[in-house]
Amino acid sequence: MTALRPDLAIIADNVARGARVLDIGCGGGELMAVLRDRQGADARGIEIDGANVSAAVARGLSVVQGDADTDLSAYPDASFDHAILSQTLQTARRPDRVLDELLRIGRTAFVSFPNFAYWRVRWSLMWGGRMPVTAALPVSWYETQDIHHLTIDDFRAFVAARGIVVEEAWFLAGSRRCSAVQANLLAEHAVFLLRR
Amino acid sequence: MSEDARFGLSRVVTLPGPFALDGGAVLAAVDIAYETYGALNADRSNAVLICHALTGDHHVASDHPRTGKPGWWTRMVGPGRPVDPARHFIVCANVLGSCMGSSGPASVDPATGAPYAMRFPVITLRDMARAQALLMDHLGVPVLLAAVGGSMGGMQVLEWAATYPDRVRSAVVIASAARHSAQNIAFHEVGRQAIMADPNWREGNYYAPGDVAPTAGLAVARMAAHITYLSEAGLTEKFGRRLQARESKSFGFDADFQVESYLRYQGISFTDRFDANSYLYITRAMDYFDLAEEHGGRLANAFAGSATRFCLVSFDSDWLYPTAESRAIVHALNAGGAAASFVELSSPFGHDAFLLDVPELNRVVDGFLRAVEAGGAA
Repeated sequence: MTALRPDLAIIADNVARGARVLDIGCGGGELMAVLRDRQGADARGIEIDGANVSAAVARGLSVVQGDADTDLSAYPDASFDHAILSQTLQTARRPDRVLDELLRIGRTAFVSFPNFAYWRVRWSLMWGGRMPVTAALPVSWYETQDIHHLTIDDFRAFVAARGIVVEEAWFLAGSRRCSAVQANLLAEHAVFLLRR
Repeated sequence: MSEDARFGLSRVVTLPGPFALDGGAVLAAVDIAYETYGALNADRSNAVLICHALTGDHHVASDHPRTGKPGWWTRMVGPGRPVDPARHFIVCANVLGSCMGSSGPASVDPATGAPYAMRFPVITLRDMARAQALLMDHLGVPVLLAAVGGSMGGMQVLEWAATYPDRVRSAVVIASAARHSAQNIAFHEVGRQAIMADPNWREGNYYAPGDVAPTAGLAVARMAAHITYLSEAGLTEKFGRRLQARESKSFGFDADFQVESYLRYQGISFTDRFDANSYLYITRAMDYFDLAEEHGGRLANAFAGSATRFCLVSFDSDWLYPTAESRAIVHALNAGGAAASFVELSSPFGHDAFLLDVPELNRVVDGFLRAVEAGGAA
């Protein structure tokens, strides 16, 4: 088994055994496979890209081709222990509505995203005057699927304004953790565990 | 196992009646023609039912006894295929109402000694599934590992999942829908009217010696339907505006264009193998099909609390049962909490893609079935 991306590894470590999990934007099912095989989770997934869906179904995962912006409404309230949105929030047309759906479907939600206030991103804009291309944001402006860039502080303000409870948060620079205080400057990625 | 006459190619069983139908009629007994491949294992857990489409038969993976043509789904069923007789006990049955050996309008009505013709009762997709369930009883199969079908076959699979949730561990529904749309019904009505407008149809009574079957009407029905199985891009690529065996247009009504010649051939060759009345009955059954309607108007009710695992596949160029129809089923499954997989595959071949060489389809179905067999968590 190849090592999970650092944000997925954090999520995997914090999913309870046997939990019911919906992974939204599950890619080829890397996290789902780990949750199923290691934690005995009942994992379901949604993924927009057909080739990824085929790969996930071919490895025996329950993944449906769909769009986080339009295909979440059929799921009943609180039908999963965790809803997971990893590196997908910034690609949604309406991230606010997707987050509402996440917290409706899941008792809790894991949300991970790249931090646009990471110092290398700031550096690139400040001194290069160019949209950043970094390890966490590897794609040029004209072909990226990221249409709603956000920072860790943006997200903190967003959840606070909506009365969403942050149960836990993890901040990553590469695969290293960094502190919450410095996260908006030093973290490339953030993972939040949320509930209503 | 080989000693047992229930198993093998070209079998027919007479299921004892009375067989009550959705329409209210009762059949005294029902013949079902079927084939089996592979062997039922000791704990009877490896049975896979293959459900065929509108004009299909039970020769899914064997040469047709009369035409010698290979089985109609050898890409999906056979050694090394996703449904493999080395692993699975495979059953494919001719549907009720058809004309390939199962009871249908061309069969003899025991009450009169003459063919039923239009006295055969109108049947439904659920009646077809019920007959298959009785066949499974006959074969000693308590629970299916999987029911697999494309097009109308997928509709039977959905009926299985809705009617016998405890008897089917997994359902593979390819290029199908949970109901017939107005457009689907409209195309079928064109076909039926073509048959019934043929003077040889004679209210369905064309089975006596010397009678001529309504082949012209049936051929036109097939031509219209065949267009719906293809895609515009596929037709353009295959035929374009090319002329058939001539240098220039005839300024007449011969089959000038290759596409006309092709359709005429498809229509005429179809009449060699299919009964016009069966075509009326089976298209009617499909038009009546609306799984939500059978379950209080809400499709999710059909699958509420189902432990069956579902795999749905649609094709982007299929305009007969487009992706939106599969997506509606997926939403209903999600609402009911059922374990579902769904992917739209890309193919230029339209609805017929499910029968053609689409390696991705095999990869998806193979992975899905192996996961069900491994019994892993959803």
